[in-house]
Amino acid sequence: MAASLKQASLKQSAHPPVFDVLVLGGGNAGLCAALSAAEFGASVLVVECAPPEFRGGNSRHTRNLRCMHDAPTDVLTGAYTESEYFADLMRVTGGESDEALARMTIQESAPASRWMKSCGARFQPALGGTLQLGRTNAFFLGGGKALMNAYYAAARVRGIEVLYNTEVAALQIADGHFENATVLVNGEPAEIRAKTLVAAAGGFEANLDWLKEAWGDAALNFIVRGTPYNKGTVLKLLLNNGAEPVGDATQCHCVAIDGRAPKFDGGIVTRLDCLPLGIVVNKYGERFYDEGEDLWPKRYAIWGRLVAQQPDQIAWSIIDAKPAGRFMPSVFPPVEADTIEGLAAKLGLSAERVTETVRNFNDAVLPGAFDHSIFDHTRLDSCRTQGLNPDKTNWAQKLDTPPFFAYPLRPGITFTYLGVRVDERAAVLMGDGRRSGNIFAAGEIMAGNILGKGYLAGIGMTIGTVFGRVAGREAARAIH
Amino acid sequence: MPSTDLTREGARIVRICNSCRYCEGYCAVFPAIERRQTFLEGDLNYLANLCHNCSECYYACQYAPPHEFAVNVPKLLAEIRAKSYRQYAWPGAFANGTAVSSIIAACVILSVLLSGGVPAQHGGDFYRVVPHAVMVWAFGSVSAFVLIAFCLGFVRFWRNSGERPREFLNPGALVKALRDMLTLHYLDGGGGGCSYPGERQSQSRRWLHHLTFYGFALCFASTTTAAFYHYALGWKAPYGYFSLPVILGTSGGIAMVAGTLGLLWLRQTRNPETQAGGQSGMDVAFLGLLFFASASGLLLLALRQTAAMGILLIVHLGIILALFLTLPYGKFVHAIYRSAALVKYALERSRGVRR
Repeated sequence: MAASLKQASLKQSAHPPVFDVLVLGGGNAGLCAALSAAEFGASVLVVECAPPEFRGGNSRHTRNLRCMHDAPTDVLTGAYTESEYFADLMRVTGGESDEALARMTIQESAPASRWMKSCGARFQPALGGTLQLGRTNAFFLGGGKALMNAYYAAARVRGIEVLYNTEVAALQIADGHFENATVLVNGEPAEIRAKTLVAAAGGFEANLDWLKEAWGDAALNFIVRGTPYNKGTVLKLLLNNGAEPVGDATQCHCVAIDGRAPKFDGGIVTRLDCLPLGIVVNKYGERFYDEGEDLWPKRYAIWGRLVAQQPDQIAWSIIDAKPAGRFMPSVFPPVEADTIEGLAAKLGLSAERVTETVRNFNDAVLPGAFDHSIFDHTRLDSCRTQGLNPDKTNWAQKLDTPPFFAYPLRPGITFTYLGVRVDERAAVLMGDGRRSGNIFAAGEIMAGNILGKGYLAGIGMTIGTVFGRVAGREAARAIH
Repeated sequence: MPSTDLTREGARIVRICNSCRYCEGYCAVFPAIERRQTFLEGDLNYLANLCHNCSECYYACQYAPPHEFAVNVPKLLAEIRAKSYRQYAWPGAFANGTAVSSIIAACVILSVLLSGGVPAQHGGDFYRVVPHAVMVWAFGSVSAFVLIAFCLGFVRFWRNSGERPREFLNPGALVKALRDMLTLHYLDGGGGGCSYPGERQSQSRRWLHHLTFYGFALCFASTTTAAFYHYALGWKAPYGYFSLPVILGTSGGIAMVAGTLGLLWLRQTRNPETQAGGQSGMDVAFLGLLFFASASGLLLLALRQTAAMGILLIVHLGIILALFLTLPYGKFVHAIYRSAALVKYALERSRGVRR
């Protein structure tokens, strides 16, 4: 049963090995599936598109997973019940979620951290962490890349084979049954035979041509926050072979990030959270949306789309000296000037237009009952403007204290929603309504079943972990 | 890399860490970064000396090379640390490889020259080879010089880190720092040990350092006990094999031999990606001197009744002299600056919440 494989032997061998389980994608969901399948005695091959140093897909940029728990644990504070978790999920998705799968994900998140530890995962102690998520989310010690390192080390110990630099070129699927895969190992074609398939290869957020189908040329100005390897190849192959789609094909999770971020893989350090503390202008120096509409954690995800709708997909967040030092620092230093005119000049914007926008904004700020020394953006303060289109409805304070700072903004795409429909055993459902007997899916490629829109911090890793485990287990069972 | 470039590169990398913060659970360095918005030379020197070079953060880093951000915190801080040792050393002119090798060479030559005049009859009595007064005066004055050098180095570090002198004498911070130091708290990697010498978590460096450090402490206790016997009780050396000074010295010597050999072996197998270039010679010289000092001491004890004792004693004392004279200019100073950095870290924590 134990199949062995060397990269060079793939093509040459007269009798190439037949694996029990072929896992496409070497991120969190793929590794959970592989480790789980190996626990059930299966021989496993993981095919990873990236080289070893960039392995792990978008999981290498993650930090935590959202876990249900009824009492404090070693890695979580307080309690986070199923009903509260479910209510949070319904709120962010607006009900675009398969309730059965969502409840299963939530319930299975409770034992997840113990299983993860059995695979080498390490967590920060409860009460650690700078974010206010210690109750709902368990934080990986060192973040997602450290978690992936632990999983790959466990995979090696358990005899799981990994092929890096390997793209999937074709899948032979007949009547919903997977037969074999054609891959490119370092560009060289090879055929892989396996009894079952787990598709855990992410979405298509790094495929700008695909994004252009929905967004037009604006997509070319998007910044991809995560891995450049999520091209959606496996997703497209499954859909072309009759898998039933789930989720809106045109939608993506898109946030406003620092416009100076690298095109790919900039990760967490490119985020900006000073937008509610000042004003945001487009390339014409005009405001275009209420920067103080709600608390930032509830609004950051709409700003990617807002910036994407502006000309040239660019905008600038402008603040004065008052809130400086009151938000998480960006990795890029702000553009700084002693006057608004000077700032506009440095940004390449029309000094008159920006000055006029700031003057109009300052004139519209209602004299509120706030204390200038307290600038608390963690609660709505109702300090607002009146008579502007659009008004700013919270944290509206005059931009009057030099120096002035600006950060450029671009749409930063995190993930896509389009996926394949699955059942509670992670089996892929085909368009004719039947479940595939040997094709399973886990992670972002099927997250749209549960997360039809919106986002809840850490739920991507929860879906990947829960469905990775289920997919690995069910694939191992399906070989008999 | 010139000092200003190193500071600029340090600020660039540490600013990335401060925006990311994923590593904050590993050690004191990252929470210390989170307390800051700007990173000047003194801040970077402090962070560098707080770092135990365990390399966990290198393997965990999503921005490590070949990522274009090229974040390599252990290597960066090792380079800044080496620079800070030279910067704080007194006299600064001694803090380089050439000066350290010259001191070691001079001590070797001195021992060779002196060993020619060793008397053959001694009956195990060290003081018939080197009179007690000569030993006391030679090593007393060298120790005084070394202590002054340590104090000046400490003062330079403390001032450079932005602290006032009297802040140091904070009992709470001192106790906390002492505990972190004596347990090597930040090498435990949250329980499994740290990524040294390779990626896999291991406690080996921690235990080998404990052997070396506590071995050194036992040898120091041996000398102190012997001095007490000599001056307070009037008991003259040589002491029996089961006397307290000899038991302390023997166990300390064995621990140091094992510890230093183990640390030298770990150095050979560690991941070169996480290490500073150019610092290796100084580290090896210090570990080598510690090893030879303890090995020659054990040999001297074993052969003290034989004719070889005289030459062995001279060689042993020569090595000890070289070790002492180079203490302020080699790797040993990490004990001063790391301890001071841990005190500063405990002080910063006691001053309130980070943002």
